[in-house]
This record gives sequence, structure tokens and C-alpha cells, in this order.
Amino acid sequence: MENVTLTVNGKERSAPAEGRTLLVEFLREGLRLTGTHVGCDTSQCGACLVHVDGEPVKACSVLVQDIAGAEVTTIEGMANADGSLGTIQAAFREHHGLQCGFCTPGMVMAAASLLKENPKPTEAEVRHYLEGNICRCTGYHNIVKAVMAASGQDVAPPAVAAE
Amino acid sequence: MPKDHGIGASSKRREDARFLTGKGRYTDDINVAGQAHVAFLRSDVAHGRINGIDTSAAEGMPGVLRVFTAKDFEGVGGLPCGWQITSIDGNPMQEPKHPILADGKVRHVGDPIAAVVAETAAQARDAAEAIVPDIETLPAVIDMKAALAEGAPKVHDDLTSNLCYDWGFVQENKEAVDKAVAEAAHVTTLELVNNRLVANPMEPRVAVGDYALHSDESTLYTTSQNPHVIRLLMGAFVLGIPEHKLRVVAPDVGGGFGTKIFHYAEEAFCTFAAKELQRPVKWTSTRSEAFMSDAHGRDHVTKIELALDADNNFTAIRCQTYANMGAYLSTFAPSVPTWLHGTLLAGNYKTPLIYTNVKAVFTNTVPVDAYRGAGRPEATFQLERVIDMAARELGVDPVALRRQNFITEFPYATPVAVEYDTGDYEGTMTKLLAMIDRDGFAERRRQSEANGKLRGLGINCYIEACGIAPSQLVGQLGARAGLYESATVRVNATGGLVVMTGSHSHGQGHETSFAQVVADMIGIDEGQVEIVHGDTANTPMGMGTYGSRSLAVGGSAMVRATEKIIAKAKKIASHLMEASADDIELKDGKFTVAGTDKELAWGDVTLAAYVPHNYPLDEIEPGLEETAFYDPNNFTYPAGAYACEVEVDPETGKVDILAMAAADDFGNVVNPMIVEGQVHGGLAQGIGQALLENCAYDADGQLLSASYMDYAMPRAHDMPMFQVDHSSQTPCTHNPLGVKGCGEAGAIGSPPSVVNAVIDALQSGGHDVRHIDMPLTPARVWSAMNAAK
Repeated sequence: MENVTLTVNGKERSAPAEGRTLLVEFLREGLRLTGTHVGCDTSQCGACLVHVDGEPVKACSVLVQDIAGAEVTTIEGMANADGSLGTIQAAFREHHGLQCGFCTPGMVMAAASLLKENPKPTEAEVRHYLEGNICRCTGYHNIVKAVMAASGQDVAPPAVAAE
Repeated sequence: MPKDHGIGASSKRREDARFLTGKGRYTDDINVAGQAHVAFLRSDVAHGRINGIDTSAAEGMPGVLRVFTAKDFEGVGGLPCGWQITSIDGNPMQEPKHPILADGKVRHVGDPIAAVVAETAAQARDAAEAIVPDIETLPAVIDMKAALAEGAPKVHDDLTSNLCYDWGFVQENKEAVDKAVAEAAHVTTLELVNNRLVANPMEPRVAVGDYALHSDESTLYTTSQNPHVIRLLMGAFVLGIPEHKLRVVAPDVGGGFGTKIFHYAEEAFCTFAAKELQRPVKWTSTRSEAFMSDAHGRDHVTKIELALDADNNFTAIRCQTYANMGAYLSTFAPSVPTWLHGTLLAGNYKTPLIYTNVKAVFTNTVPVDAYRGAGRPEATFQLERVIDMAARELGVDPVALRRQNFITEFPYATPVAVEYDTGDYEGTMTKLLAMIDRDGFAERRRQSEANGKLRGLGINCYIEACGIAPSQLVGQLGARAGLYESATVRVNATGGLVVMTGSHSHGQGHETSFAQVVADMIGIDEGQVEIVHGDTANTPMGMGTYGSRSLAVGGSAMVRATEKIIAKAKKIASHLMEASADDIELKDGKFTVAGTDKELAWGDVTLAAYVPHNYPLDEIEPGLEETAFYDPNNFTYPAGAYACEVEVDPETGKVDILAMAAADDFGNVVNPMIVEGQVHGGLAQGIGQALLENCAYDADGQLLSASYMDYAMPRAHDMPMFQVDHSSQTPCTHNPLGVKGCGEAGAIGSPPSVVNAVIDALQSGGHDVRHIDMPLTPARVWSAMNAAK
């Protein structure tokens, strides 16, 4: 097996990889960055979503040898420099946007990509963007609230809610 | 003012700090030094005879340590079933063997045939593909009624038929119910399917077995909701390992929803193989494997009849259900269609006579067991659908019909064996109607019609039995286990506490809410209380988390243990302050003597307990650690009223959910933020069942929905913003916290709301559609509309 080198969360990291080694396997087993999760085998659930050269990528759909030298950001790289929670992470905590925590790393990474592309999304845009990330615990309600809050916005109350 | 700490405060979750930064420790994150990996070869046919398994090629593959088949498990027990049901004729249910690896026959797609242990996961997978099983395909039984037909192929050759049990409840009421139905002024009859679902926690199951030669001790790391239950079942019934030589650890678990209650073959395999090979052995399920090996949920086919008198009072309910068990009995499967279903058929209504017959059936499908709500969603769905249908047939307001029949006096003994301790169904209904602006619905419907859409409003109630416990009661009902819960509270010398609980948190936030309770009782900062769970080595024997039982049963055990701590601490304080223990008060973390200005801090007393220089050693022991086991005398009965408002596109049959509202009575609430989150998640699963999710088999038993490409998981854009309220609170009368449980309500209450709403929408458009089976996909809705034109 040959060594593959990536810049992960700002640091150069190397580990051996086979031709068939997926980025997510490389991160979890090669580098022991276990914050990135595997929830399915069809690139549907988004629990493994990371950023590769600034773009959101499902790490189960990339062979690590194909992206040798790339810059990768994972959930372990999302806190502030002083270790405190980043804006999106803090919003998820404040608005109870996670329960079991398994989909959470992918959700946070997807939300970060969304807010980079679209700093003031509507509720519908948030829901649409998160289509590739499945959460079984929260019903998405508080995830949507958290992402909106991270963008500095509130969620409008339901259309038929009584005053 | 909302509280900012203690019971009733929306304390932010301490778990989140690790989950949000990638520091969670889930089972797949655990690698034990020297571990090998296992891959299972699973059956690709639903039913077949195993004439041979050629493992020779696999055994020669790189990295392979050993290939296991059923013959390696001679003398090892099968997976046990934890609940026995007795049929009407007095015979116990038929209970088939459930081997760890298929022995003689394969009985469902996914049934494990062989297992390869190799140095790496990839090598194990490669070698599993090189195994050549010689399987003679047999005719499969998939449909339950066909499985019971004369001459149907048998799933288990050594059983007399595919009927697991034929249960009547309450059998003594049967004649009276038949008579009441025959003599009723009106009978509404509904036949329906409660669709098969897959729980799909986002974390697939994982098992890591380890064996320590020096101590002859086995350790299993597993994705479980109840590590002590796994230790007992696997140790006593499968592998014959005494509990003191077996440790089961369920660390952070990525969701359960019921399917991680049960003891699975892969857990036993990894524990067994680790000892055989003297190597740690790890298995990580793929999602595809999860679809064909995690216990499924629901899958009932039901006919319900509701009898009413001339004044529209409910006089009787008669119900006939076929319940799919799948190919083997999963751990608690027999209890779901019976005691978790039949006992809830009274719902929120004073129906005097109820009879249900349940036929549990073996088929060549994945075993079916508890999934969020477990039996109670099935009871609620049929009852709330048939009431809606009756209202439509009688031309009365469905809400008024419900209100007229509400139980209003408590305690209330139902005709189906349970006694509701408290409730206020009128209260939650009134709250719900205010939340959803029912008065404005007619105008909203007009607006939809102007846009070419059909708008519907569905309203229903639910009740559930939670806090799954009373051991003596469940023992009478066939449980082969007790259902108490436990807690040990250990106070450290400097005043901090560790609470070790038999409950398990896999998303529910116990580490936060349990700490709130204990901190509140003592009057100290929540940060001084640590909650430990998930490891049989450092928690007292407890039955785990399911059935919305953790706070009601586990929390109560914790309260009892903390009360013992406080009582002892007061004795120490009374000695130190030279006062009577009866005069000592503990408030805000300070001990005071009534009527004096004497005062001691919590930490002064805890220190004295461990440095007993000045201490009543003749009266009490040093140290401050107490354990309590709590076994309640009844279930709890959360209840509520739910509503859904939908718009149906008549061109396509697509249903859009515009509003989903839940008014719940959970009794007292410890952490409103967490409670609301639980309801949100339940609502999404209920909406998923109603509109999207379906576990589908073809006639040959091929699983058609075995990935997220085929099984429609709810996604963000499928869901509305929810309206939830839990301000109607009638505290539980028999547990010290007055809590009832909130974990399953959303999944129980919401499916009938959605279907009632869609039927309401279609009827408003002149389509005489009485019922559509879930999931209400565009194809099904469109077909029903056009068939009824």
C-alpha cells in the first residue's frame, strides 16, 4: 500500500491506503478522525460529508488516492481556534439541533457549505439544501432553526398557527 | 419566567459538546488492539434448504483466520425470546429455534449462512464472496393469510404450522362484544394495513467482541439500548458465560427507536469468535445489511369494527389482527401485537366492551419487533381511523364524536386490563383546537380550492402506556424478565456526584436531564452531577431504555437513591451541628437547623462522610453512596390530541403537509427543550410512516426496499415546522417525579392525523375515498381518487 498525504484541518497528514480505500475509511481508520461517520452505503445519508478543497463532498464517494494532496476539513476542524464551538456548532447546541449526534457532523458540514454559498437562506432553501443529509432523531425542525439562527435569522411560525 | 436550572429548565445538553466536535465515541469508533474483522455471508433467497457450504476457497484467501458455519455452534444456545404468549386454547405460543448461523435452512433474505473472520474488513468481505453455499430454493410464504392456509410451506419444519399464537383478549368479553356489535344502532368497519417499517437509526449496528485470557472474561461493545439485557440474554441463554465473566458496553449509540433493544446473532457471534480465536473480533453493519438483519416494525393487517348506539355512544370495539413475526421470534416480538396493542384499544374513550383477536404468523421475512411506539401506534391508528370514518358515516363532527365519548373521570379501569391513573383529554383537545385555528380552516380550504388544490384537516387523539414496567404485572402477561430500573448515586468527598443508571441514552439527553433532577434535589449546580450509563461493569443491573420508560422508571430509581443520600447526609449534618436530624433542612446546597443560624455547606458534609474524624460511627457507616431499584405499580399514560393539515394536488396525488400540531400531556416535564425535540422526532417518523416509508417484499420474498435508494426516509423538505405544546399536565400519580414519558408520542399520534387529513381533503373534492393504506404515496392517492370518481 502506498502512503497518501492530505492536508486535514490545516495539518499535513499521511497514512497508507489501497486503491479501493475511500476517503471516509482513510479519515476514520487511517487518521483515526472518527467524527466523520458512515450511515449508509449508497451516498444518500450524508453522515460522512466533509469539505474537500472547500467543496462539500460525501467522503464515501471518493477514493482517497484520487484526491492526494487535497485540503480536507472535517468536523474536528470546525471549532474556533480557542476550542470553543464555531457559529454553526453553537447554533446547533442552542437550538437542540441534534439528539443522538450521529448525523450531526455531516449536518454541520453541509450547513457550513450552504451558508458559504448563501449567507441568508430562506427556510425552504435550508430544507432543500439539506436534502442529502438524513436525520432520524430531530424531524429536522431544530436543525432548520439552528441553521437559520447561524445565518442570523429566525424561522417564521407555521402558516396556520393561531395568534 | 422559565426556569434557568433544575427540574423544568431547558438546560442545554452537555452531550452536544462532544457530538458537535467529532469527539463522540460510538461503537465503530472503538478499535481493540489486535482486532480481526468479520463479514457475514447472508442468504439471497427467502427460503431454502442448505445442502452444503463450500468454504474451501474462502479459507485460502489472504488474511482469513477462520470461516464459521452452523456446525461450529453445536452446543451453543440459540437466540432466546423474552416473552411468551398463551393462545386461546391454553397452549403456549410456538417458539422456533433461532440459531446464530442458519442451520439446515435459510428462512429470510439476510439470514446469515456463514461468517469469515479475517485480518481486515476488506479481506473478510472478499472471502465471504468466495464461499459457495449449495441452497435448494423452497417456496416462500410472505403474505400472512397465505402462510396460514392449509398446505402452505412451513417456515419451520418442526412446528405444526406458521401460526405462532392465536390470542384472544379479553376472551371472557368475546360473547358480550359479539352481541353488542350485532345489536348496535350503527357499526363502522375498517380493514387496513399497518405498513412494515424499518427503524433506521442513522448509526448501523456494530459489535466488537473481546476476550481476556488472563481473567477468562469476555467483553462485548455493542450498539444497544440495554447492555444489561444483552449481558443476561447472551450470557445465560446463548453462550453460557456467567454474568461476572461478561461485560457489555454500549457507548454512544446513534439512535435506537426500538431496533437496538434486541439481542442479535452478530453480538453473540463476535463474543464467541473472540474467545475461539483469542482475538478481538469486530463487525460493522452496512446499511444494506441493516435493512435485512435489523428487526423490522409494525406489519399488521387488521379489521376493526366500532359499534355505536343511537346517541353515538361507543358501545363495543371488535378487532381482528394478523401480526407478522417474520422468520424467527425477535427478543420481545410476541408482546408487541398483544400486550402493547390489545391493552390500548380503549384509547381515550369509555367504550365498555372490547375484544381483540391476534394471530401472529411466521413468514419468510426479517423478524418484526418493537419500533418506536410498538403496538400502541397500531392500536391508535385503527381506533382513530375508525372513529373518523364513523363520524363521516353518521354525518357528525369527528371532534364532537370524540369529545362525547372521552373518559373524564380518573382513575379509569378500561375493559382491556389497564387502569389509567390520570388524564385530561378535553384539556389537550381544547389546547389543540386553539393551536390549529380550526375556525379559520374553511377559509384556508377556499384558498386552496382557488389554487386547484384540495385541503384537508385531520384530528385525532392518542393514549399510550409508557414507563414500561410493573414487573409483577408483566410477569403475569408473559414477560420472562423484570422491568424495574436502577440507580447508584455516588457522592465524592468534595461534593460532586456520579449517578450510575441502568437506563441508556442514545439521543434522549439523559446526561443532561437526569443531572437536572439530582442537582435540583440537592440544590447544587448541574455541572457537579455526572451521569454514567451504558457499561455493565460500572452500572447496577437495569433494564435499559425503551417504551418511554427512562425518566418514569429510571429517573424514579435515581430519585429514590438520591433521597437515601439526602437522608444520610442529614444525619451527618445533624451530628456535626449537634441538632436533631429531623430539624435539618437541605436547600440550595446548604444544611441548616430549623430555628437557628447554624449552617453547613453540602461539601462540608460530604467531606465528613469520607474523613469521619467527627462522625456518628456508632450509628452510620462512613461514605456516601446509595443504590435504589424502582419497580412502579402501574404504567404511565401520556395522552394528547394531534392535528394535521394537508394539501393534495388532484393532478398528481401528491400530499403536502402544511401543519402538524401536537398537544400532549406528559405530566411533569424536566427539560422542555428535550421533550419538544422528542416529539418532533416522533412526528417525523409518524409522518414518514403515513406518507413515505414502506418495507416492501415481492411475492418470492425478495426485499425490494433494502437501501436509501428504495426506502423513503423522511428528508428535511418533507417536513413542516411543527407546533408542539405540553402545557396540559396531569402528573402521574404513582411515580415520585409525576412524569409520564414522551419518547414515542409523536410516532403514535401522528399517522392517523395525516391519513384523516388526506381523506378529508379527498372527500371535500367529491372523491368518495373511505381509506387508503399507508404510505399515502402520490400513486396510491391518485389511484384511489380516480378509482372513486
